[in-house]
Amino acid sequence: MNQSEFLKVVLPFKDKVFRLAKRLLVSTEEAEDATQELLFKLWRSKEKIADYKNVEAFAMTMTKNYCYDRLKSKQASNLTLVHSNYKEKETSLDKKLEYQDSVNQVHILIESLPEQQKIIIQLRDIEQYDFEEICKMVDMKPTAVRVALSRARKTIREELIKTHNYGVS
Amino acid sequence: MELANIEKLVEKYLNAATTLQEEATLKNYFTGGNVAKHLQEYAYLFNYFAIAKEETFTKTISLEPKNSKKKSLKWLFVAASIAVLFSVFVGKQQYDKNLQRKEAQKIYAQVSKGLELLSTNLKKGEQAVATLYTYENSVNKILK
Repeated sequence: MNQSEFLKVVLPFKDKVFRLAKRLLVSTEEAEDATQELLFKLWRSKEKIADYKNVEAFAMTMTKNYCYDRLKSKQASNLTLVHSNYKEKETSLDKKLEYQDSVNQVHILIESLPEQQKIIIQLRDIEQYDFEEICKMVDMKPTAVRVALSRARKTIREELIKTHNYGVS
Repeated sequence: MELANIEKLVEKYLNAATTLQEEATLKNYFTGGNVAKHLQEYAYLFNYFAIAKEETFTKTISLEPKNSKKKSLKWLFVAASIAVLFSVFVGKQQYDKNLQRKEAQKIYAQVSKGLELLSTNLKKGEQAVATLYTYENSVNKILK
C-alpha cells in the first residue's frame, strides 16, 4: 500500500476520527494532535490494514482507546481540560442560527455526560453509524449500547427542557 | 410528515429504538424550521447534531514521524551534553582544589618540621649558655 492508496482509504473518515477525538478531548488542538497521531499509527501498520475489511471501524476503535489513554494520563498529571475553545469554529454559524445559545447548550450537555455515553451519542447521532458498527467500535453488547444511548438522549432532553422552563436559554 | 407520526418517532428515539432511516426523518423534520412548539427542544438537539457533523479536520496529514519528537530528542542530547561538560568542569575544579590542599599540607608539614629542628637546636644552645652561667657563678663564688 503506497501513500496515495493509504490516503484514499483514510480520507473519507479522517473527519469522523477528528470529531470523536474532539468530543472526548474537548480542545481542538489536542484533537488535531490525536488525529495526526492516529493517522500516523495507521500508516505505520498499513500492511495490516490491507487485510481489514472495515478500516474505518478499526480506526474509530483506535481513536476511542487513544483518547481514553490521553484522558487517563491527563488525570494522572492533574491537568484540567480546557473548555474555552469549542466555539471558535462555529462563529460562521452565528448568522445561520438565531437560537445559537440553545444549540450550543447541547454541546455543553453532551460534554457533561459520562465518557461512554458521549462516545455513543457521537457515533450514533452525529456520525450515524448503525448499531452493529457501534457495538464493534466500543466493544459492547447491542442492548448495552441501546441502554446507554437512550439514557444519554433522555438526559440531554430533560436538561434542555429544564433550562428552557427557567428561561435561561 | 404529520405530527402524530413525529411524536411516535420521538418516543422511539428516546428509547434508542429508532432505525437510522427513522432518525433521518426526525432530522429532516427538526432542522426544517417548522417545528411544533412542544417539541422545540428536539430542534436544538438535531440542529446541534447537524452542525457538529460539519466540523472537519483541516490540518494536512503528514505521514512522517512527528518532528516535535525528533526535536525534543535533539534538545535532550544538547541538554545532556551541557550537563556532562558542566560536571566535568566542576569536577576538574574540585580535583585541582584537592591537589592544592594536599600540596599545601605537604609544605606545611615540611616547614613545621624545619622549625621544630631549629627550635631543638636553639634549645641546645640555650642549655649550653645556661651551664656557662652556672659555671661562671660558681667561679665568682670561689673567687670571692
